[in-house]
Amino acid sequence: MMEHSDILQYLIMGVQSGCIYALVAMGFNMIYNATGIINFAQGEFVVLGGLLMVTLTMTVQLPIPLAFITTTAAVTLAGIAMERFTINPVKNPTVLRLIIITIAVSIIMKGIAMGVWGKSSYFMRHFSGSESLDFFGATILPQTLWIMGILVLIVALYIFFFNYTMTGKCMRACAINRDAARLSGINDRRMVMLSFALSAGIGAIAGIIITPIIQMDYARGALLGIKGFGAAVLGGLGNSMGAIMAGVLLGVLEAASAGFISSHYMDAIALFVLLLVLFTRPSGIFGSSAAMKLKEF
Amino acid sequence: MNVKDYYGIGFLAAIVAALPFMVANDYYLGILIFTALNCLTCIGLCLLLGYAGQISMGHSAFLAIGAYSSALFTTKLGWNPWAAMGAGMAISMVVAVLVGLPTLKLKGHYLAMATLGFASIVHVVCVAAVDITGGPSGVSNIPRLSLFGFELNTDTRIFYFCWTMVILGLYLAVNLIHSRVGRGLQAIHGSEDAASSLGVNITVDKIKIFVLSAAFASLSGSLYAHYVLYIDPGPFDVMHSVLLITMVAVGGIHSIWGAITGATLLSLLPEGLSFLSEGLAKFNIQYKTDYDTLVYGGILLVIMLFMPEGLFDGLRRSTAMVFRLNGEKGQGK
Amino acid sequence: MKIRNLFLSVIMTSALCFSAAAQVVADELHVGCIFSITGKASWLGEPERNTAEMIAKQINAAGGINGKKLVLHIEDDQGDNTQAVNAANKLIKKDKVCAIIGPSTSGTSMAIIPVVQAAKIPLISCAGAAVIVEPVADRKWVFKSPQKDSDCVKRIYDHLKTKKISKIGIITSTSGFGAAGRDQLKKIAAEYKIEIVADETYDPASTDMTAQLIKIKGAGAKALVNWSIEPAQSIVPQNMKQLKLTMPLYQSHGFGNLKYVEAAGAAAEGIIFPAGRLLAVDTVAANHPQKKVLTTYRDTYEKSYKDKVSTFGGHAYDALWILVNAMKKVGSDPAKIRDEIERTKFVGTAGVFKFSATDHCGLDKTAFELLTVKNGKFVVLK
Repeated sequence: MMEHSDILQYLIMGVQSGCIYALVAMGFNMIYNATGIINFAQGEFVVLGGLLMVTLTMTVQLPIPLAFITTTAAVTLAGIAMERFTINPVKNPTVLRLIIITIAVSIIMKGIAMGVWGKSSYFMRHFSGSESLDFFGATILPQTLWIMGILVLIVALYIFFFNYTMTGKCMRACAINRDAARLSGINDRRMVMLSFALSAGIGAIAGIIITPIIQMDYARGALLGIKGFGAAVLGGLGNSMGAIMAGVLLGVLEAASAGFISSHYMDAIALFVLLLVLFTRPSGIFGSSAAMKLKEF
Repeated sequence: MNVKDYYGIGFLAAIVAALPFMVANDYYLGILIFTALNCLTCIGLCLLLGYAGQISMGHSAFLAIGAYSSALFTTKLGWNPWAAMGAGMAISMVVAVLVGLPTLKLKGHYLAMATLGFASIVHVVCVAAVDITGGPSGVSNIPRLSLFGFELNTDTRIFYFCWTMVILGLYLAVNLIHSRVGRGLQAIHGSEDAASSLGVNITVDKIKIFVLSAAFASLSGSLYAHYVLYIDPGPFDVMHSVLLITMVAVGGIHSIWGAITGATLLSLLPEGLSFLSEGLAKFNIQYKTDYDTLVYGGILLVIMLFMPEGLFDGLRRSTAMVFRLNGEKGQGK
Repeated sequence: MKIRNLFLSVIMTSALCFSAAAQVVADELHVGCIFSITGKASWLGEPERNTAEMIAKQINAAGGINGKKLVLHIEDDQGDNTQAVNAANKLIKKDKVCAIIGPSTSGTSMAIIPVVQAAKIPLISCAGAAVIVEPVADRKWVFKSPQKDSDCVKRIYDHLKTKKISKIGIITSTSGFGAAGRDQLKKIAAEYKIEIVADETYDPASTDMTAQLIKIKGAGAKALVNWSIEPAQSIVPQNMKQLKLTMPLYQSHGFGNLKYVEAAGAAAEGIIFPAGRLLAVDTVAANHPQKKVLTTYRDTYEKSYKDKVSTFGGHAYDALWILVNAMKKVGSDPAKIRDEIERTKFVGTAGVFKFSATDHCGLDKTAFELLTVKNGKFVVLK
């Protein structure tokens, strides 16, 4: 017997995981827009953010806001390092070559995480209390509210950055037509670096806010990356607003599949819907077919 | 180019024939058997990726279909292993057509995601359909293959059989590349619009190669099942698909020999690292298997940064350089 | 083209041919260990590896086995079936071990059974599924040191009977351990007249089980059994707390690691699970036959590795000591070792073992003690 509160609960849980997929998808899109490649190491930024936050808050005992900023900054630097050492030096970047490079970096980052943090799962305390709140018959964790709130904040910052700041507009110019942007005097190599930095930062934030609820360990990157990638594709590659909605949609779809159909086939159902969308609207729900044709493989 | 490839196949056959007499014990044959199975899958994947230019992150699904078909038809229905293997290949090819038709219209990352999704779905079904597939507990007591009453029950026999399959696969692939179909594929890779304007039937050719690569993978999966005699969903997850792509990329996607090189290198790598750690132990340096991940990623990164056309091409160019230098020295005298 | 192939073949063959076969020295005993030290089940493999090394050091410091040095060959299968098969082949054919302990997981154990049966080398697995040693007729060379999952289920059902609960929900992970447990839970339920009203699963990598829990609640379950050996099992009690579900939660012996309790936090209070007495050794009666073995192991391990002891390391302890005791009596002949193990009685961390020709597990349901979590610690359930 399905109660209304159950449906609401599925929705809440779906939105919770969906927010994380949305953030990961945004990260994918930023790098995709600047370089045309999919960064397979995106999931590892999330893991790094989560694990580093755990160490700073549980071992070093820093207050959460300070640890938050430190972690995000550190992982952003890691993203810049990745771009400088492994992407920038490549003279003849073919898409496949760059993808394999990002796969290699993701393996290396996973190895480093395993070396530094070991193989255990880590947990950290919730930002503000771990007692769930009542919400029209369903329950919601305060941490989930934090997740939703931070996502909204990041979306707002994103819109502001890309529409109202010079750097943001330069990045958009590079995404639309790199050669023309370069001709206008925009340093496109720097824009690439910036895209990696922002992408790493967003990934780190996703890791930070979700770790109190799930437990973070060195191996979580791959699955998060794949789901985020799925959300990015579903929303139309290159379209970050689409990615947000697609990410949340994917999370809700998963929760609904588990709840209404079967928890055994939960992942398969969500993926099946993803494939259906891809087959009928190949450029994603919100993508445009013109944009899809531009970015060739 | 045709002739050189045939020399290459002949040479490989000669090495394969001699290997069991050169290795210290059966353990190395075991590793080489798994290497052969990876080579087999990579040949098919290379045709798809390097020649037809279609990325597939879903080949673990065809491995699974082959392996589970072999396992289930023989253990549950009592079929002859060869019939089961054939059925597995047939099912894989049909699935490849059904999946390929809508999927191969997509391009680039959308294609990658679609194939990734397909592989994940197959993996989930293998895990969840417990009544059919045995779920995570897998299928055991799979019978061995036998050839005209000759049972393939020692590592030496299985080694010869698997590598013979690889050589046959190579022969098929080389012939394909140098045929009209092969040239049509390379045209598609170059430019779909141009190829289409020249009369190449893009969709049909792309699907043909997808189906062929699925058949290679299915065969590899079946042979795996009849060697290990136990399968569960573990070896057929999405990460394995990614591993296969890296094998082809490391070796060089534009050459069949590249696929063989990459598959061989990455299959032998764990053993190589183990050898290295024993050597380092003599110098009192402790090498833990924890570092394997870093080494693997490091090798992948280095090859992609400095030998982007793959290891095979890199080796070819460096040996050509060495011989050119020697030649010049000789002439200078 | 010939030159290229020459290079290729030279690289391949030299990597293989020049590995010398192991020198089998007369005054050494070679034992193989396969553990999942990295990769999928590394939280199992690490304590097992640490324990095995600790014991070997101890034995060799005391003069070895009948004067001979114990040499452990430790292989990492990375939780992968293919690597496990390679490891087994390497230990048997290259290192020429007389017996193998491990692997850590049910899947990898099943994968190497054909190898050890064909090579006639005794194997003591550290994995839980009953199917590893059953049917005994096909498992002549295979033993295992953990308790049987079927016995764990029986202890849980016994307790449910005392609480007069007959409608339960089960939620299991999709690993080999979880799937085997699910199988046993369903098989044995009829015996105890227990009705499983909801049967949910979760992937070991998943991060949220609220959807499954809502279904379980909706089906009218009065208790929940969570069966998994992975860290993800700690999320179930947390989700239950979030949803304010109050039904009693039972877990399997796969919960046997204090880190899982710490991860679940306050939500772990009151979880009931059958486990080896190692985890609550301080509350075990002083005259219990296992008390001394448990306290010594716990103290030595925690001192050597500065890490909490777990039942997983205990399985390696039991496996290695059973093997060592057999080797003390009959030497290094694999067939003799196998026969001796079948005659062995041993007081270990998982229980008091009594092997026989028809029982290659050696433990029954009395090996389990019902434990619970109180104030973040494991205590015996009163």
